[in-house]
Amino acid sequence: MRTRKAALVAMPLALSVALTGCGGGNKDTGSGPTTSGNSDATVSIYGTQPQTNMLPANATDAGAAKFIEGLYSGLVGLRPEDGKPYNLVAESITTSDSKTFDIKIKKGWKFHDGTEVKAKNFVDAWNFAAYGPNAQLASDFFAQIEGFDQVFTEDPDGPDGPQKPATPAQKTMSGLKIVNDYEFTATLSAPSSVWDQKIGYRVFAPLPDKFFTMTPDEFAKNPIGNGPLKFVSFTPNSEIRMTRNDDYPDASKKVKFKTLVIKIYSSQEAAYKDLLSDKLDFMEALPPSAKAGGKYKTDLKDQVLQANLLGIAALSVPDYLPEYKSPDLRHALSLAINREQITKTVLNDTFIPADGWVPPGVDGYEPNVCADFCKYDPVRAKQLLAKSGFTGKVTIASNADGGRKEPLEAACNSIKNALGIECTFVPATDFGQFRQIIVGRKLTGLGRSDWGADYASIENFLNPIFRTGASSNDSKWSNPEVDALLKKGDSTADKAEALKFYQQAHHLLVNEMPKIPTWVEKGVGARSKNLKSAQLNFRRQLEYASVEPK
Amino acid sequence: MGRYLLRRLLQFVPVFVGTTFLVYVLVWAIPGDPFAGMCGERECPAAFIAGMNEKFGLDQSVFVQYFGYLGRLVTGDFGETFNGLSIGDQIGDAYPVTVRLALVAVAIQIVIGGIAGVLTGLKGRGFLDNLVLVATLFLISLPVFVTGSILQIVLGVEWGIIDPTVSSDATFGELIVPGFVLGSVSMAYVTRLTRTSVTENRHADFVRTAVAKGQPQRRVVGVHLLRNSAIPVITFLGTDIGNLMGGAVVTEGVFNINGIGGLIFRNVAEKEGFLVTTVVTLLVLVYLTMSLIVDLLYAVLDPRIRYD
Repeated sequence: MRTRKAALVAMPLALSVALTGCGGGNKDTGSGPTTSGNSDATVSIYGTQPQTNMLPANATDAGAAKFIEGLYSGLVGLRPEDGKPYNLVAESITTSDSKTFDIKIKKGWKFHDGTEVKAKNFVDAWNFAAYGPNAQLASDFFAQIEGFDQVFTEDPDGPDGPQKPATPAQKTMSGLKIVNDYEFTATLSAPSSVWDQKIGYRVFAPLPDKFFTMTPDEFAKNPIGNGPLKFVSFTPNSEIRMTRNDDYPDASKKVKFKTLVIKIYSSQEAAYKDLLSDKLDFMEALPPSAKAGGKYKTDLKDQVLQANLLGIAALSVPDYLPEYKSPDLRHALSLAINREQITKTVLNDTFIPADGWVPPGVDGYEPNVCADFCKYDPVRAKQLLAKSGFTGKVTIASNADGGRKEPLEAACNSIKNALGIECTFVPATDFGQFRQIIVGRKLTGLGRSDWGADYASIENFLNPIFRTGASSNDSKWSNPEVDALLKKGDSTADKAEALKFYQQAHHLLVNEMPKIPTWVEKGVGARSKNLKSAQLNFRRQLEYASVEPK
Repeated sequence: MGRYLLRRLLQFVPVFVGTTFLVYVLVWAIPGDPFAGMCGERECPAAFIAGMNEKFGLDQSVFVQYFGYLGRLVTGDFGETFNGLSIGDQIGDAYPVTVRLALVAVAIQIVIGGIAGVLTGLKGRGFLDNLVLVATLFLISLPVFVTGSILQIVLGVEWGIIDPTVSSDATFGELIVPGFVLGSVSMAYVTRLTRTSVTENRHADFVRTAVAKGQPQRRVVGVHLLRNSAIPVITFLGTDIGNLMGGAVVTEGVFNINGIGGLIFRNVAEKEGFLVTTVVTLLVLVYLTMSLIVDLLYAVLDPRIRYD
C-alpha cells in the first residue's frame, strides 16, 4: 500500500514496510475449517507485489523477501526471536583472524530440482550478485570480499550522468576459493568480526547449476531454490503459491503445512478485513485504523502476535548544514521531544521511547546510553538552545505515507512547545523521492531515517550508519574517533572483545548526536483462527516453521 | 452516416498520439528516480541504477524514449514492468475484471435507477416520490469509500454473507456488492434524470396525441414516452460507462479487486511509466469509442437527429 505500495522496505526492512502492493485474491486460501493438525493445510499470508525480479540478490523489499525466505536457505540461519546465528547449510565456519573464513557445508542438501548444494553454488551465486553489469540491487553486500573492486566499478559521474561505469576487469572475486565440493574459503579485504553473522541475510543464498545455463529473467520466472518451500506459481497482482519441500533436511526450518499462498493486497485495510473473517491467516503488521485506540486488541484478542523487532527510528541531523552543526542545538532538539507521550498517544503504545542508537535485544545493547539527552526536559532544552544561538526554523522531512507523518508532526509540535521556535513537517511524495533527497544531501533540516537490523549485532547499527561514507550515513557525519573504534571492532576476532569497541563507539555518539533517536517499534502482527500458532520474527516476517495449522 | 463515422474514427488518431505523448511525459516528470526507493534506508549501488536505466532505455532523451515506446506499442510489444512481469499479461488479467465490475454497476444503475425513476416520474408527487428523493440524496452525499467500507464490514465481517474481499477470479456473483457500491452514486443520478425526463415528457404534445388516439397506456409509456425520455439518461450512462471502464480506484481498493484502476494507481506511485502510459492509452480508446456509440445511439432513439 505502497501506497505504496508505495514505499518500500528494503534491506533494513523492519521500519519501512511497504504499503504498496497489488490487488487480487485467490480461490482457495487457507480459509475454511481444516482438520486438526492438518499437515496438508493451505496457509495464506499478507503480501505485496515484489518490486524487482525475484533473484535473491534483488530481494530486499518486503514483498519479495517473503518468497525468498521460503525458497532459499543460506549458510547461516538466524533465530527468529533474537536473530542469533546458527549453522544451517554450513557445517562449520571457522576463522582465526576475522579475515579469512573457512566454510564447510553439510552434505545431503539438495536444490528442488534434485541437484546437490555444493560450494560452487555459493561461490558462483555470490560472484553473480557482485558483478556490476548484472545490476543486482544488493551487490554492495559483497563489497567486503576481497576482489570486489575488480568486479564492480563505480559510475564515474553518478547514475544521472551520461557516462556508464567501465566494464569490470574481472568476473569473479579473488577472495572466494573453492577447496572441494563441500568447502570454500572467503577472504575479506579487511577483517570483520560479524561477517559470519552477516551471511545469514537472504542475498547470500546459493543458486543452482541450472541458473547459470539460462538468463536471469528466465530463471526468475520459474525459480529453483534449496529452502523449505518450493515455487509453484506467481500470478502478478494476485498471489504467489509455494508448496512444502518434503526432502528438506533441517528440522528447525521445516514447515508443517502443505501450501503457502502469499496473497497480494493493495491495502492493509482490505487484508485486515479478510483476517478478521479468517480468509487470510497472517499479517506481519496491522493497518493504522486497527491500531488506533488499540482496536486490534478487542478485534483479535489472543490472535495478536508480538515480535521483538530489532529496529530503531531516528531523525538524522545533516552535518552539511552549518546551522545544525552545534551539538547544543542537537541536544536541545532531542530534549524537546516528548517521546513518552508520543509513543503512548500518537503511536498507540506500539512503540517505546528509544534510549540510545541501538534497540534492546541486539547483541551489545546497553540501556540508557542516551539517557542524558533522550528524556523530555524542556527547561534544559531551552538553556541549550540559547547556548547554541540557533534562531531559525526547524524542519522534519519524511515521506508522509504509511503512518509516518503523524508521529513526526507530533515531534514537531513538541519541539515547538518546548523551545518556542517554529517547526514544520515537510512531506515528500513517496519513499523514493525522500531517499533521493537524503542521498543527494538536499535535506534542509532533520530527516527521518529509520533502521532495521539485518542481523542482531550492535555492529549493524553502527558501521552502515555512522562510519565515514557508509551507505546509510544519512547525516553525512564523520568522526575519526568513532571510525577508529569501529575499525578496531571489525578487526578483533574475539567477538566479546570486538563488542566492547563497538560499545565505546556507541557511547561516543552522545557527544555530537549525528542522529536523534526517537522510538523503537514493538512488532504487532496477527494470525487467523485457522492457525494454532505462528511466530513473528525479529525482521517482522512470519517464521514459516512456527506455523501450525489447526 | 458512413462519412460521419469515418470522420469520427479519423479523429481518433491525433487524440491517440497526443494523449499518449502527454501521459508519457507527465509520468516521467513525477519527481524521484523510480529505482531510488528500492534499496530502503540505504543508497542503491550505482551499477544497479545504471543497469536498470539501460535495460529500460531511461538513459535516453524523453523523445527518443517516447517514439521507441510508440514503435513497440504499434507492433504489439507492451514491454515489461521493472520487476520483469509482462505488461500485456497484467492488463489482460485486470481488464476483464474491470469490465465485469462495470457491467454489474451499470446493470444495477439501469435496473434499480431506471425503474425507480420511471415509477416516480409517472406517479408524480406522493410518498414514493419523496422516499426516492430522500434515498437518492442520501446516496449522492455518501462517499463511495464509506458505502464500501460499511457494506464490507457489515455484510462481510459481521454477518459473513459475503467474503470481505473479492478473489482473483472475480466472478459476477462476487462483484454484486462492489458493483452496487460503485454504481450507487450514479444510480441515484440515473433515478433523478429519468424521473425529471419522464415527468417533462408526460405533458409533451406527442404523448397527449398518443393518448388521444386511444392507444393503450402500456404502449404510450413503453414506446412513446420512454424512448424519448431515454436520451439524457443514455448520455449520462455513456460517459459513466467510460468512467467505469477506467477502473474504480476506491472501490477496487476497498474490496481488493485486481482491476485496472488499482493497477494505474499503484503504478503511478511506483513510476512504472510504460504500464501507466499503455493503460491510459487503452482507456482513451475506450472513452472515444463509448462517446461515439452514444452519439450514434441518439440518431437511433430520436428520429429528429440526423448525421451528415
